[in-house]
Amino acid sequence: MNKISNRQVICEVLLENAKTDKDIVVLCSDSRGSASMTPFFNTYPEQSVETGIAEQDLVGISAGLAKVGKKPYAFSPASFVSTRSYEQAKVDCAYSDTNVKLIGISGGVSYGALGMSHHSAQDIAAFAAIPNMRVYLPSDRFQTRCLFEALLKDQKTAYIRVGRNPVEDVYEEGNVPFEMDKATVLCEGDDVAIVATGEMVKPAKDAAALLLEKGIHATVLDMYCVKPLDKEAVIKAAQNAKAVITVEEHSPFGGLGSMVSQVVGAACPRKVVNLALPDAPVITGTSKEVFEYYGLDAKGIAKTAEEILK
Amino acid sequence: MENLKALSYELRRDVMDIIMAGKAGHIGGDMSVMETLVSLYFHTMNISPENQDDPDRDMLVMSKGHCVESLYAVLAKKGFFPLEQVLKEYSQFGSHFIGHPNNKLPGIEMNSGSLGHGLPVAVGMAIGEKMDGRSARVYVVMGDGELAEGSVWEGAMSATQYKLDNLTAIVDRNRLQISGTTEEVMHQDSVEERFKAFGWNVLSVAGNDVEAMNAAFDEAKAFKGAPTLIVANTTKGCGSPVMENKASWHHHVPTQEEYDQIMKDLKEREEAALHE
Repeated sequence: MNKISNRQVICEVLLENAKTDKDIVVLCSDSRGSASMTPFFNTYPEQSVETGIAEQDLVGISAGLAKVGKKPYAFSPASFVSTRSYEQAKVDCAYSDTNVKLIGISGGVSYGALGMSHHSAQDIAAFAAIPNMRVYLPSDRFQTRCLFEALLKDQKTAYIRVGRNPVEDVYEEGNVPFEMDKATVLCEGDDVAIVATGEMVKPAKDAAALLLEKGIHATVLDMYCVKPLDKEAVIKAAQNAKAVITVEEHSPFGGLGSMVSQVVGAACPRKVVNLALPDAPVITGTSKEVFEYYGLDAKGIAKTAEEILK
Repeated sequence: MENLKALSYELRRDVMDIIMAGKAGHIGGDMSVMETLVSLYFHTMNISPENQDDPDRDMLVMSKGHCVESLYAVLAKKGFFPLEQVLKEYSQFGSHFIGHPNNKLPGIEMNSGSLGHGLPVAVGMAIGEKMDGRSARVYVVMGDGELAEGSVWEGAMSATQYKLDNLTAIVDRNRLQISGTTEEVMHQDSVEERFKAFGWNVLSVAGNDVEAMNAAFDEAKAFKGAPTLIVANTTKGCGSPVMENKASWHHHVPTQEEYDQIMKDLKEREEAALHE
């Protein structure tokens, strides 16, 4: 089992690049430990900004830094940065077109037992609805590295959500197919298309393996780019399949499922089933327990696929 | 040197024409904040259409963005765009001259509109200028009603944490907001003491006296170790008794009769200033 979390990889990438790029600035809201950014603050204190527990300030300051040519990376728990500072993301980042990267750490139900205040089941919907805001949920540590190396090269704002704990690898070292804003096709099959994002990609990939044992062939898309959604990949996968399943660690409304359903409904109508967290406070438990309970694990996804293909 | 007192009244007449052309605008605050903007653009700030892309330029964030008509009048006078263009396009279909600042227009650094955003953004700019060792200064203009927004105080805290003596904030203290006096709606007295408690250098001046504003900005520039807040004690609707100190003129569009009287009053004050 991999022991390196996606947030640690982000810190590694920023540490590597901050050596030569003095415009990289990391901001935290009393969250440097949770963000795995303590090494960055210790190594580059002159490129670090602490705002205290003040998410609106965190995002507003980031926008001001970007305005004078800096490349700010603002880290805060996804639950807070996606709601408490939502208006700063909308006005100061997206509307003012500033190069601010907002990183929602401990996303989804990472803070399992801490309750709904600490869950971010609405962040995809919230950020996707803002014009000029992009939304990325990388699936594993290797893809996280590719994504951040790509983000360092662009000048636009984006929201990136990562979870708290290390996740199992989807890819292998040295073999990480990645093209910015293009979904990665993990496998292809003509029975069912499974579109997943973030930490749901691994169980989707495992579900495809379980289905194959039963003679069911699945396409699995790693849709780390929820916005801009890779519509071409969705349409291609849906056209080749009898039904589509979406999987996300998010509310059933306004997230990946809604966006994929819109595309499939307009371009190539198929049955689309959205697997997501419920429209209710999430049951208490670890991420693993929560996913199993709501059918967001490999077994649950495979079961859903079998049922809709009956 | 140009007569900035007279200029303030001349530009108020441009504001009147902008509001009449667009049939919209926040006239009360436009009139109270005018000397602040005139002092910033014609005395204090190193900014002009020629150096608007220079990293060393001074920057303004108009956090009380609803008073954009006064900013349009000042930027037009400064040469960022023609006044005729503002009069033709303000609030019209497809125009960038909308009712709040947006940075698709020359001379405007940041989009605003929702209150309480400007100070944190200005703090970020000021931190960035210091990181790069530039001597550029950052200015942010807030309303007094705006101070009820919690994000203002988050920004106020971080400005002193980072000892941003390259940052000057101005509160247009006209003591009125849309529903009544600030003290009735949500008490702000004493703005001075509150910011002092946060560690700011605070100056309290006659905000519709452009020379007093010039002097305050000069003093702020010279102060080291902390950001400066200038409490500009102003009169909402300043320029004519028709609109002065009336909360109902927060965003009232004058009738033709009111317009004629206000323009006459403004012209008289401008003439008087020219002959002082």
